Parts: sequence; structure tokens; C-alpha cells
Amino acid sequence: MIIDLPRFIDAERPTWMALEKMLDRIEQEPDRRMELEEVQRFHLLYQKVSADLARVTTFASEPELRRYLESLTARAYGEIHETRDRAHRFRPLHWFLNEFPRAFRRRSGAFTLALVILFLGAIFGGFATMFDDDAKEAILPRQFSHLLGDPAKRVAEEESATSDRASGRHTYFAAFLMQNNIKVSILSLGLGVTFGIGTIIELFSNSVSLGLIVVDYVRAGQTMFLLGWLLPHGVIEIPSLLIAGQGGLVLGTALIGYGDRASLADRLRAIGPDLMALTCGFAIMLVWAGIIESFLSQYHEPFIHYWQKILFGVVEFAVLVWFLYFRKIADPEDAP
Amino acid sequence: MNPTLKIRTPEGIEFSFRLAGPVVRCLAWSIDFLITIVAIMMLNILAQVGGFISPDISQAVSLIALFVVWVGYGMFFEWIWRGQTLGKRLLSLRVMDAQGLRLQFYQVLLRNLLRFVDALPALYLVGGLASFFSRRAQRLGDLAANTVVVYNPKPAEPDLDQLLAGKFNSLRQHPHLEARLRQRVSPDEARLALQALIRRDELDPEPRVALFSDLAEHFKGIVHFPPEAIDAMPDEQYVRNVVDILFRTRAVDAKPSEKEMAVAVR
Repeated sequence: MIIDLPRFIDAERPTWMALEKMLDRIEQEPDRRMELEEVQRFHLLYQKVSADLARVTTFASEPELRRYLESLTARAYGEIHETRDRAHRFRPLHWFLNEFPRAFRRRSGAFTLALVILFLGAIFGGFATMFDDDAKEAILPRQFSHLLGDPAKRVAEEESATSDRASGRHTYFAAFLMQNNIKVSILSLGLGVTFGIGTIIELFSNSVSLGLIVVDYVRAGQTMFLLGWLLPHGVIEIPSLLIAGQGGLVLGTALIGYGDRASLADRLRAIGPDLMALTCGFAIMLVWAGIIESFLSQYHEPFIHYWQKILFGVVEFAVLVWFLYFRKIADPEDAP
Repeated sequence: MNPTLKIRTPEGIEFSFRLAGPVVRCLAWSIDFLITIVAIMMLNILAQVGGFISPDISQAVSLIALFVVWVGYGMFFEWIWRGQTLGKRLLSLRVMDAQGLRLQFYQVLLRNLLRFVDALPALYLVGGLASFFSRRAQRLGDLAANTVVVYNPKPAEPDLDQLLAGKFNSLRQHPHLEARLRQRVSPDEARLALQALIRRDELDPEPRVALFSDLAEHFKGIVHFPPEAIDAMPDEQYVRNVVDILFRTRAVDAKPSEKEMAVAVR
């Protein structure tokens, strides 16, 4: 009976206003923890408003009131039925130091798969350059055009340089490398949405270029130059790309859901925080790699000994392996 | 008609959200795009000023700022505004969890990172097509982050204060006629008058005058109040007074008990 509507509104309005006030507070202060009494009251108000919505649903002529109650119910529902950890604060350092290695270890299977793809691609690239002289030109992307020539010639040029060719633009070059590599890595992770196929292709094609360059320099007898050039930044950059690929493969696996009885929504919900941690991790690693590539990798003998650069790379790699696999990490928190 | 997202709570209550289609989302994105461009231009101007000190650092900062604004704009606003960017806010859209739960930061991050894929090969073709064919109008980023974009009308609580407030009502000077009015008016007639008052601001001036004139005439025909009670009273005010009589008394009678109120509003 519509005659009851104003009575209904008048009677229930305090409940709605109380719930709305609580919701406003929860939304404005997401980190605040409610006392038990507050939680009980919040739940009671939610139930009352839900019941009111059920009653109003029968009034076809009251769309505004229904929308209002739906909005209240929806907001309260989101707060009450949410079981995931709160992650309100943006804490990149915490994610990097704790959540990142935790996610990396939890999804280590995907990393291993990414590593296998890297090796396959690198072997393919290596064989291609060994058996086909034109492979380098056909395979290497345009941004590596400076590597198309004879490695020995390039090494001679680099070692005979009398001045710092990048002088005055090291910072810009570092910034360029950072944003470019992060973009590529994000794309590699994002391509996981193609059920992982895009990620696999991206990983494989990058690995082909890597294998091709490595074999080309080794065959030209420039192994020391290659190690000194690649290791300082490569031991961070290549694992970063692999971690991005790991994220893409995790995403692809969740979408496929083979052997997993959880719903698609639940599967995606389960991997979301890990993808965030992996992204945060590879982004910070690539910032470091960009700095090293611009400020160290571009210098060669006689300016700096290759063994020094190689040693630096080995130490970096050892620290990275310790950090990712062995470092003791803090227990998971409610609010990462 | 846009599809809707229906959510049924464990308590058996169902509520729905109207999903935003690709066109309106494209418009919101265009607004955000323009804002981003303006922000980048301003940062570039600042970087050029810094270029007098160190061109290298200035260029690097400019490049990083461009990247951060490009990638971070959506994440930043969608997080602090609970699913809204400036463009979405202007068009009353909101990103929300596809199950109606609280939007998490990783969802905001993922859906924004996957713009790199959705934007392929150009002009968000992949994302637009995915959104067009998706049952929930989700682009790939939404699919991976388990989010949807919905219309976000901010429904205000129905304001019946004007109807129920204790303004002077000359018709109440005649309690016997007041009682007769309550007795003779049917629920349907009462509903009609109430709805007319609730929605009066949605009407154009002329139809509004005509509607309240008809309603006043109808109610005047049901119970004849003395001329001194209704003289010079506009039709809309007359209908308001009638509705006040029809609903006000019952509303007062129906107040919840103090105990119930204490539990609800404590």
C-alpha cells in the first residue's frame, strides 16, 4: 500500500542515515579499524537496509527510493562481504622487499617456464646466426641496428674512443632505458590476457635477439667485452623481463584455469595481489638496470677493466638470487 | 539499452548497476586524455625552465614525468576517488569490482597496466572490441582485474521534508474535514499526489501548473473546505497540504519505538 510509504520512510530514515554516515566514514578513513560494537551495529544497519530494500522492491512506482536503498545496500555489501586484505596504502618499498619475493616464490613455476622459453629463444637465435649470415639483419629489431656490423669492429671502436660519447646525456639515457624497459615489461605481462600466448611470443622474440647477439660476439672472440658490457645491467634487466613474463604466464594460467575448480573471478582474485607485487618488483629492478646501463655498461677498456664490470655483475646477480630465493621476508600483513 | 550487472547478496537481496558502454567510456577516456596532455605540457614547461640548470637532468625528468603521468594518472585518481578519474566523474561513471566488493588497489593497478594491451594496435581498438563483445562491457584490463565500469548516479535520499515538515497548514484548522479527507481519499489518489510533489521539479512550468490545478480541483471535489481556509491558496500548495494531511498523522503514529531507534541509531 502506497499509503504506508511516508510512514515507512519516516520510520526507517534514521537507519538509512546512520548507515550512510558509517559508510561515509569508512570510505573517508579506510585504514581505521572498527571496534567490535561498531562492526555489530554496522551489520545490523546493513541487514535493516537490506530488508527495507526488499520491501521497497515491490513498489514499482518508487524508483528513486529503490535506487537510494540499492546504493546504500551495494556500498555496505562491498564492505561487509569483502574478505580480501585491505591494501589502502601505496607502499612500494614494502611490496618490493616483502611482497615481491613472496609472490615470486609462490609463482616460481611460471618463472621457470619463462626461463625455459628464454633458453629456447636464445638457442634458436644462436643457431640462426651460426647457420645463416643474414639472420642478424632479419631478426634484430631496428633499435639494435648498431649491432648489425662486425662485433670485432665495434669493440675496436669502443675501446679506441678517446672521449665519453654519452657525456652530458647519461641521465636522459638512463631515464629513456627505464621507461622503455618498463613499458616493454608491462606489455609482456599484459599480453598474458591472451591466455599467455602473447607473453610467450614476446619472451621468445626478445630471447632470440639476445641469443643472436651473444653467439655473434662469442664467435667473433669478444666474449670478455660482451660479458663486461652485458652483465652489469643484464643480470638485473633480463630477470626483470623474465619476471614480467612470469606475471603474464600467471595471468594466462588463471584465465585458462585448467585443473582449477575455482571460478574465473576467484582465480583472478587470487592472482591479483601477486601480479601487483611482481609489477612493483620488476619496475624497481628496471630503474636500477637503467642507471647501471647508462652510467657503467657504456664504459669499456681502457677506461674500466672488463673483469671489474664482470665482478660487479656477478655480485649483483648473487644479491638478486639471494633476495629472490633466500632472503627472510616479513610475515604477510593485513595491510601490505 | 545498456546491460546491467545484477548482484544477489547472500541475504537474498538483489541490486543492480547499469553498465557503461564503449561509447560513453570512450568519451570519458577522451576527457582524461586531454587532461593528461595538458598536465604533460605543463610539466614540459617546468622541465624547460629546469633546463637552464642542467639540460640532461631536465630532459630525463621530463621523460620520466611523461611516463609517470601517462601510466599513473588513471591509477592515482581511480584509487583516491574510489574508481573515478576526472573524465569518469564528469560522466558519472565508476570502476567497481565485478562482484560488488570493495575495489582493491591491485585491481586499479592491473586494469591500468593492461591499457598497453587494450590500446593496441591504435586508439584502443583491442579494448574497444573486447568491450563491445563482452557481456559486461569489459575491456581486457577489466577482465583481468575483475572490474566493471558502471554508471554512478548519486541517488539522494528522497526529500520528503517539505511534505512532512510542520509548515502551517490552514486545512488542519478543520479537523472533521481533515478526517473526512483521509477517509475518502484512496491510496491510489494519495500516491498520485505524493508522486506529483516528489517529481514537481522535473516538470516544465506549464504542465506543472496544469497538473496541480487538476489535482487541486479533484481533491476540492472530494471534501469541501470553507473558502477562508483555501482562499488565495495556490493549487500546488493545496495539494501539498492535502498530502500533509494524508501522510503526516500516520507517519507520526508509526514512529519506531525508542528502543528500536536506540539500536538503529546508537
